[in-house]
Amino acid sequence: MNLPDDEILTDIGLVNDTGAQNAPGSVLLIGCGALAREILAVKSANSWDHMTLRCLPAKLHLYPEQITPAVRDAIRKGRNDGFETIYILYADCGTGGHLDALCKEEGVERIAGPHCYSFFDGNEAFALRADDEMCAFYLTDFLVKQFDAFVWKPMGLDRHPELRDMYFGNYEKLIYLAQTKDSKLDDKAKECADRLGLTFERRATGYGDLSRAMELLADI
Amino acid sequence: MSDDDEIILSELNDDELVLQMHDDLYDGLKEEIAEGVTILLERNWTPYDVLTKSLVEGMRIVGIDFRDGILFVPEVLLAANAMKEGMGILRPLLAETGAPKVGKMVIGTVKGDIHDIGKNLVGMMMEGAGFDVIDLGINNPVEDYLAAIEEHKPDILGMSALLTTTMPYMKVVIDTMKEMGIRDDHIVLVGGAPLNEEFGSAIGADAYCRDAAVAVETAKEWMARKHNQLASA
Repeated sequence: MNLPDDEILTDIGLVNDTGAQNAPGSVLLIGCGALAREILAVKSANSWDHMTLRCLPAKLHLYPEQITPAVRDAIRKGRNDGFETIYILYADCGTGGHLDALCKEEGVERIAGPHCYSFFDGNEAFALRADDEMCAFYLTDFLVKQFDAFVWKPMGLDRHPELRDMYFGNYEKLIYLAQTKDSKLDDKAKECADRLGLTFERRATGYGDLSRAMELLADI
Repeated sequence: MSDDDEIILSELNDDELVLQMHDDLYDGLKEEIAEGVTILLERNWTPYDVLTKSLVEGMRIVGIDFRDGILFVPEVLLAANAMKEGMGILRPLLAETGAPKVGKMVIGTVKGDIHDIGKNLVGMMMEGAGFDVIDLGINNPVEDYLAAIEEHKPDILGMSALLTTTMPYMKVVIDTMKEMGIRDDHIVLVGGAPLNEEFGSAIGADAYCRDAAVAVETAKEWMARKHNQLASA
């Protein structure tokens, strides 16, 4: 399929990536728009055609309290559309445990981890590095591409650049968790670090625990 | 705005000036706030009145509009910066004049967390509301909180966290206080973006505070309860 561009994934999400719903053994993945490209890459590389992806707008991350109700609606719509197996490709993402409570209530599972930085890096490895990287600010491929929409503008830095050090004064470095190899993204990530006044580090993560979580759904 | 429309603060009467300072605080105009504070002091206002009637009242309005989704974090930070400018002038004068103190608070961001914007806002608003505030900064292990409690004997302990991964540390601090038998000697308030009331209650805090304005109101409420308990004891 032709994936919508990042602006659409940010504002609208992804309605439906295939027509596989209702087929026996089909799985509905409800994910964050910021992960659409990566989820579809894993799915496509493994020819997991029984999976259908629907993504909520990535911009919900700017209002985490809106994530859980939106996921609830998506789960119920999925059930109405005949999906028996539904899997949530959201980490906790600042919902403060509300998303986990919803998953329990609805009897669905979600990918483990506090946020996508953690599961791309591998939750275990990320947790082990937590003390050493306390002063690190992370970006993923999507966030590098959408840096202005998700970081610069919502923080008001386009209008009030003098606020930068209030936000980032305690940070030391920007770590770009790279899902893909793309020199243009590397350059842009470095530019993001410069704009924030942080040193730069690139870490190739691939899809990390996202691949492993989706593998568990491969034989359903 | 043309030069003709420029407002000369020193030409405003007291009531107009205070209202203008509320507007200037709302707009994050720190030079204007410093000027307004200086003018009111020159007009023989007490530092305490300048603080409460211009800065604290102005920030209260900012807090309401933040709560109602009219203002957002960047605007609140600009307003806070403006208030900080005014506080810089008033703080030494307040200390000299012995302005009334409502209580004492130790506040800090928990271990593993470097985020301090919310904590700093709470600290400043609490100071404006008449609390003595001892700010421990960021990344505080339980030992730092305990040492500060021992040294300063605060009425209130405030803990802040922005990360889902660091917020459970608040329970470590509260549990340690329980083990030491000092938990009930202090009001424990917690806050931070991923927290909620259920979490606050589950870890044994006295209250979760959604934002800086709520923190001030909650702190005052709990201080009043504490005084009432002492009075009836």
